[in-house]
Amino acid sequence: MATKKFMYLNRRSSFGTVYAIESLEVVLIAAAFEQDVSLAFMDDGVYQIVEGQETDGIGMKNFSKTFHALGDYDINKLYVSKESLEERGLSESDLMPLVYEDEDDDWEEKPSVKVVTNDELKAIMSEQDVCLSF
Amino acid sequence: MLHTVNKSSFERNSLQSCLNTIDDSSVILFIEDGVINAANNANSSMIADLAANGRVFALQGDVDARGISSKLADNIKLVDYSGFVDLVVEHGTAVSWV
Repeated sequence: MATKKFMYLNRRSSFGTVYAIESLEVVLIAAAFEQDVSLAFMDDGVYQIVEGQETDGIGMKNFSKTFHALGDYDINKLYVSKESLEERGLSESDLMPLVYEDEDDDWEEKPSVKVVTNDELKAIMSEQDVCLSF
Repeated sequence: MLHTVNKSSFERNSLQSCLNTIDDSSVILFIEDGVINAANNANSSMIADLAANGRVFALQGDVDARGISSKLADNIKLVDYSGFVDLVVEHGTAVSWV
């Protein structure tokens, strides 16, 4: 099967709508078909990967933990909009430390999250075959 | 009156509409994604004066779920569900800015 470059744009926060969890489901499906998957987080979507989400008080599944599994599915390109973080008073240190093991580098653990400017994101998006927006 | 806001001001104009029509004795309670408005961010000035007067509340469970409990703007008062009920009882008519 031909491999295409898929990008998933995540623009909503985690629990107010179903967009965030549905996106994550579809991302895992794409990975199962061994496609070249990358994720972008912008606008309120940056809240999806904020460290320290604790959902006991709202009775909803804390699916933020699932992001830690993405590395095992060879999904290791998570781009986060610098502008969106700054607007929300957040920085890279507020995000979950998501990593993957690089098989080309003796399985060394490397960060999956990369904070990029909107200009950089523009260039990354233009390389994609498919962009899916959530 | 009690005004509840459940949307982020980065996503919808619910908070602005609420602020446009809120009177001097009413309070705001942020719930669900509305708690994003309680974080210290580029939109915090919208509620700074009201918060300084002790009139801005946020629901603890929703704050915790979004990982922003250490990022709240100044003077935000946290309430649990029973505190939510107390606000309803104390302030009478509730307006839900969905």
